[in-house]
Amino acid sequence: MEKLIFEKSVEGRHGNYLPPSDVPVKQIHELIPEELSRKKAPLLPQLTEVEVVRHYTRLSQLNYGVDTGFYPLGSCTMKYNPKINEDAANLNGFSQLHPYQPVESVQGALELMYKTQEYLAEITGMDAFTLQPAAGAHGELTGLLLIMAYHAARGDFQRDKVLVPDSAHGTNPASATLVGCKIIEIPSKENGEVDLEALKKAVGEDTAALMLTNPNTLGMFETQIIEIAEIVHQAGGLLYYDGANMNAIMGYARPGDMGFDVVHLNLHKTFSAPHGGGGPGAGPVGVKSCLEPFLPKPVISYNQQTQNYYFDEERSQSIGRMKAFYGNFGVVVKAFTYLLMMGGDGLQEVSAKAVLNANYLMNLLSKHYEQPFAGPCKHEFVLTSSPYKGNEVRTLDIAKRLLDYGFHAPTIYFPLIVSEALMIEPTETENKQTLDEFARVMAKIAQEAMENPKLLQEAPHNTPVSRLDETQAARKPVLRWKAE
Amino acid sequence: MPFLPHTLEEEQAMLKDMGICTIEELFRDIPEQLRLKRKLNLPKGLSEKAAWDEVERLAHRNKDIGQYLCFRGAGAYEHYQPKAVKHILSRSEFYTAYTPYQPEVSQGTLQAIFEYQTCICELTGMDVANASHYDGATALAEAALMAIQISRRKKLVISSLVHPEYRETLHTYLSRRGIEIIMLPSENGLTAVAELEKVLTTEVAAVIVQNPNFLGSIENLAFFAQKIHEKGGLLIACVDPVSLGVLASPGECGADIAVGEGQSLGLPLSLGGPYLGFMACKEKYVRRMPGRIVGKTVDRLGREGFVLTLQAREQHIRRDKAGSNICSNQALCALAATIYLALLGPRGLREVGKQCMEKSHYASELLVQLPGISLAFTAPFFQEFVVKTQESAVSINQRLWEAGILGGLDLGRYYPELKNHLLFCVTEMRTKEEIERLVEVIGG
Repeated sequence: MEKLIFEKSVEGRHGNYLPPSDVPVKQIHELIPEELSRKKAPLLPQLTEVEVVRHYTRLSQLNYGVDTGFYPLGSCTMKYNPKINEDAANLNGFSQLHPYQPVESVQGALELMYKTQEYLAEITGMDAFTLQPAAGAHGELTGLLLIMAYHAARGDFQRDKVLVPDSAHGTNPASATLVGCKIIEIPSKENGEVDLEALKKAVGEDTAALMLTNPNTLGMFETQIIEIAEIVHQAGGLLYYDGANMNAIMGYARPGDMGFDVVHLNLHKTFSAPHGGGGPGAGPVGVKSCLEPFLPKPVISYNQQTQNYYFDEERSQSIGRMKAFYGNFGVVVKAFTYLLMMGGDGLQEVSAKAVLNANYLMNLLSKHYEQPFAGPCKHEFVLTSSPYKGNEVRTLDIAKRLLDYGFHAPTIYFPLIVSEALMIEPTETENKQTLDEFARVMAKIAQEAMENPKLLQEAPHNTPVSRLDETQAARKPVLRWKAE
Repeated sequence: MPFLPHTLEEEQAMLKDMGICTIEELFRDIPEQLRLKRKLNLPKGLSEKAAWDEVERLAHRNKDIGQYLCFRGAGAYEHYQPKAVKHILSRSEFYTAYTPYQPEVSQGTLQAIFEYQTCICELTGMDVANASHYDGATALAEAALMAIQISRRKKLVISSLVHPEYRETLHTYLSRRGIEIIMLPSENGLTAVAELEKVLTTEVAAVIVQNPNFLGSIENLAFFAQKIHEKGGLLIACVDPVSLGVLASPGECGADIAVGEGQSLGLPLSLGGPYLGFMACKEKYVRRMPGRIVGKTVDRLGREGFVLTLQAREQHIRRDKAGSNICSNQALCALAATIYLALLGPRGLREVGKQCMEKSHYASELLVQLPGISLAFTAPFFQEFVVKTQESAVSINQRLWEAGILGGLDLGRYYPELKNHLLFCVTEMRTKEEIERLVEVIGG
C-alpha cells in the first residue's frame, strides 16, 4: 500500500503559490482579538508539488474506473463518460461563473439549463423540471416534499404513508422517513412484479405516494403499471418514479405516460456524467403540471417578451430551497453535452442497445447461474449464485474472484428479495467481445466454485490488497490519521 | 455514433444467439398502450464537433470571472487554485469510478477520502469527519437533523447571520418534522448574544452559528458553545475552511458538529455547483453522523487498507430507520480539496488566510475615506465586510459592472433593514492596484 500523505510530510517543506502581499503587511493579532484566532496550526501535509502529484497518481493507479474496464454494477449504469463532457464543463464560460453575478451575464448558462429541463421533460413525459437536486436521493427527498406540499395545499393532511415495493432502493424508505411518513412495504409476486392485491389492500385515505422504479430493480418492466397507477390515484395518492433505471426505456415509453406524477433522473447514470468515485452527481426532478407550483426555488424561466432567461424567485407555493444556489451546474453541462450529441434517435438507440446487451449477457450467464425471473429483462438483470452455496461459495466470493480477472464486480446482495443476488448491468457502450469474455470468465468461476471453492473464498488474489476485514473496521473505527 | 459499438453483423449474431430476430422483441413486455408511438421531440443528434461548437457558443454568452474583477463572495469564493489540482483530478481512474463498493479495487478513492477526513478533522479541530455532503447548505441541514436525533429535542436556534440560502435549505429539510426553528437577530454585524439567553432552554437541540458569518464578521463561537452546553444542547458551527488557517477552529471553541462549504479549497465557482459540503463531529457522536465514512482496517494477509465503514447507520442497511437518506458524497470535490490542502500545507493555507484579511482590510480602509461610504459595523472581519452607502447600492453596482467590476452583494434583498448596504469580498486574488481601481470607480 501507499503510505498516507501525512506520513510523507517533512516539517518545513512549503507550497506557496502566491506572490507576497502587495498591501501593507499586518500581523493577525492587529486585525482580530487573540481569543478569535487559531492557537494550534492544523497538521496538514508539508510536501513539494512533485511529491503530491506522485502520491495521487499512485493512488489513482489503485483504482478501477469505467476507463479501466468493464464495470457491470447493476443499478449504477456505468456507461462510458465521453471526454467532451469534461472539456465542456471545464470551459471558463461555465466553470468560472459566480453564482451571484448579474443574470444578464450568465444567459448562456441559463439557456443551457432551460434547454436541459425541456429535453428531460420530453424524455420523461413530464411538464416541468428542476435541476436543483444534487443526487438521486436528494431528488427523492425533493419529490416527496413536492407530493406532501400538493396534498397539504388541498387541505389533505392525513396522508402520511408511502408505499414502496420490497425490491426498492434503500433510499426510497429513508427519504420517506425524512418527510415524516411511514413506510408500507408491498410484497413482490413470484415474477418479481408488484402484487396488485397487496397494493389494493395497502392503499387508502392515508396514502401519500407510491415510489416505484420501472423497470424495477430486478430489471423487469412492471407490466401492470397502468393498473398500479389507477389504484394509487383512485385512493388519492400520487406516483413517484425513481429514475435510476431510465436507461432502459428512452424513446420506448415515458414515466409521464405511465401515470407517474413525479420523476427523478440520475444525470450521472443515464446521461453519461461520470460518478467521480461517489459524486458529484445530479438528480433533477420532473413533475406534472399539478405539482409545478411547488417546485423548489429558484426556477429557471424564460421571458418571451424580453427574450431573457431568469431565476424565478417569486414562487409563493414553493417547497423552498433544496440546497444553496442552483444545483450541480457543472454536472448539468456534461449531461447537456451528451443530450446534444445523442438527440432523440440516439437516446432511443442507447436504450435499445442497453437492453440488447443485458439480454444477450443474461442468456449467456443463465447457463451457469440461476435466473430467478424469466426474461426478457430490460437494461439489467438479477441472477443468483445460490446453487453454489452448498459448496460454501457465496455471491461475495464470486464478486471478489471477478476482480482477479480484471473485471469490476456486479452489484451484490441487492435487491434484497433475491438471495445471493448478482445484479448485472452491462450498459450500451460495451462491445460484444467484452460481454463474451465476461461470460467466459463467469463460467470459469462457476467451474472453480465446484472444483476449488477455496480459490474463491480467499479471492481476490491479484489486487493491490486482498479481502479486507470490514468487521474490524466497524468494531474499532480508525477514521483518520493521527500524529504519533 | 462513437459510443455504441455493435456492427450490424455483431448485432445479428447476438440476436441469433438469443433465438430472436429483432431488438424490438425484447421490448414486448411494455404494454402497447404505453409505447411511445412517435419519436422523441429533441433536436437531431450532433457530431462531437458540432456539439462542441454549440457548447462553446453557450459558454461565450457568459461573462466569466476572467473578464471582470470580482469583489463578491457571499458563500462562493474566488481563490487561487494551483494548476496541479486540475491535472490530478483529470485522471479518469478517479473520476470514472463509482462509490468504492469493492474496496480491493478502490483503494485510491478510499485512501484519498481517508486523507480528506483527516484534513477536515485537522482544519476544524474535531475528532471525526465523514466523506462529504452535496454542499454547505445540505451539510448544515443534515447536522441539524443529527443534533435532533442525538438530543431528542425539538427546537433549533439559528443565527440570522447564517447564509440566507442555508437557512432556507434547513427550513425545507425540516418542514415535515415538527421542529421549531428560532432565529436569533443580529446586532452590529454579529449574532445578538443578548437574545440568546432568552431563547435557550433545555428543549433546544442545537444552536447554529456561522463563522465568519454571512456579513463577514467573526463570531465568538466559544461563547455560544458555553451557553448551549449549559442547557445540554449542541453547537453546530458552519465555517469557511480557508479561514481556519488563522481563525480559531470550531474544535478549539467547543463546537460539537462542524460543517461548511469546501468550495473555497480549490474548487471552481461553477455557477454554484458542484461544491463540497463537509461535516465533522466529536467522537462520541460518530455513530449518529450521516453519510459515507472511510475507515482503516487490514486485509486477509494483515496488510493495511481502507473500507467504507460504520454502514449500519446508512439507508441501504437501515432503510426507513436510517437517520438520513444520503447515498452519494462529493468524492471528486473532496479529492480536489485534499490535493489543494496538501499542495499548500499549513503555512500556505495560513498565508492565503492572512492575505485575505490584509487585502480586505486595506480595501475597507480606502473605501471609508470616500464621502458617502461608511463601514456598517465595527466587529472584526475576515475577508468580507459591509459598507453603508448614501448612493443607492444598485446604482453603485451598476457603475462598477460597467467598469468591469463585480461589486459587493446588495444586502437589501436578504435583510430589508440593510438596504443600501454592500457586502464586499476581497480575497488573496485581488492586487493592490485592483483594490484601488474599485475605490476609484466607486468614488466616481
